[in-house]
Amino acid sequence: MGCGRVGAELARLLDAEGHKVTILDTDASSFDKLPSDFKGTALLESATDEEGLEKANIREADAFVAVTREDDKNAMAAQIAKQIFGVGKVICRIYDPLREEFYESLGLEGISPTLVFARLLKEKLEK
Amino acid sequence: MYVIIIGGGGVGYYLARGLLDNGHEILIIEKDHKRCERMEDELGSVSLCGDGCEVAVLAKAGIARADMFIAVTDEDDDNLAACQIAKQKFNVPQVIAKINNPKNEHIFAKLGIEHTVDGVALVLEHIKAQISMFPLIHLLSLRDRSLEIVLVRVAEGSLAAGKSVKNLSLPLGSVASLMVRQGQECRVPDSDVVIEAGDELVCLIPSGSEEAVQAVFGISAQEESG
Repeated sequence: MGCGRVGAELARLLDAEGHKVTILDTDASSFDKLPSDFKGTALLESATDEEGLEKANIREADAFVAVTREDDKNAMAAQIAKQIFGVGKVICRIYDPLREEFYESLGLEGISPTLVFARLLKEKLEK
Repeated sequence: MYVIIIGGGGVGYYLARGLLDNGHEILIIEKDHKRCERMEDELGSVSLCGDGCEVAVLAKAGIARADMFIAVTDEDDDNLAACQIAKQKFNVPQVIAKINNPKNEHIFAKLGIEHTVDGVALVLEHIKAQISMFPLIHLLSLRDRSLEIVLVRVAEGSLAAGKSVKNLSLPLGSVASLMVRQGQECRVPDSDVVIEAGDELVCLIPSGSEEAVQAVFGISAQEESG
């Protein structure tokens, strides 16, 4: 969910490895970022409601990743995927480090780019 | 009581005014600077400019001592996030969310936010109440009991007209609790009272039985064709 730079790149990588990929976004022009040989499905739907996820065949999904710009959308979609549709592997991007910690306590797997990037920068500086 | 409100739009603003009038302590958390300024001008220092879904902002708002937390932004994902943090991280005793997409009600319930207000459904019921074409109007949902309180209008030619209350065959678990008849005082109807066209009944019915109730009070096929 979310066909921004990260979402599109992840979709490209997984697709190239032969996985069956469906990518959702609510902005049609965002799909321009997908490579021309992308074999997966691009779906103009919101993933924060059940209908959009049903259309993406979420019940058959092995994994769900939420990487829109907004923490709350990512968290809501991830919770629906995990709690309502029972998807096995669910990961969401949460920019706010404090909120990431909170969602982990709810059983969600979150990645905070803020923390990761800050740590990476620090490592580079120390080299 | 100390009440924190997330979202300073129309609902948040008037809710805050009402609570202030009743002597409660309130704080509105709103992202938009202009809205915050307007509220400061009109209501005094009752707003905090920031994102009500951020843990740091909520901590600054003194959420640990809040008695009630109400999220009324126009985005359901924001309302859900704010309420989950308030309830599950800060243990606020009462947490209420406004829902903008009626389909999200059961998602909120499954994700731990049971107390929700469906703005769209409420407006819809009020509009229906103004239009006589709708024979059944929801007055209140008792969600934890799976019961609905509805108002039913007995139209001209209704199948229910001429029947006594006990012969209405309402769905199991329903109670016709109040009868409003033109020119008479409201009363609790005896089981022998005969329903007339023009009567209004306030009924307690099981959730999901609306269609069956509508059928009981529907217009007979004869009348419709005639």
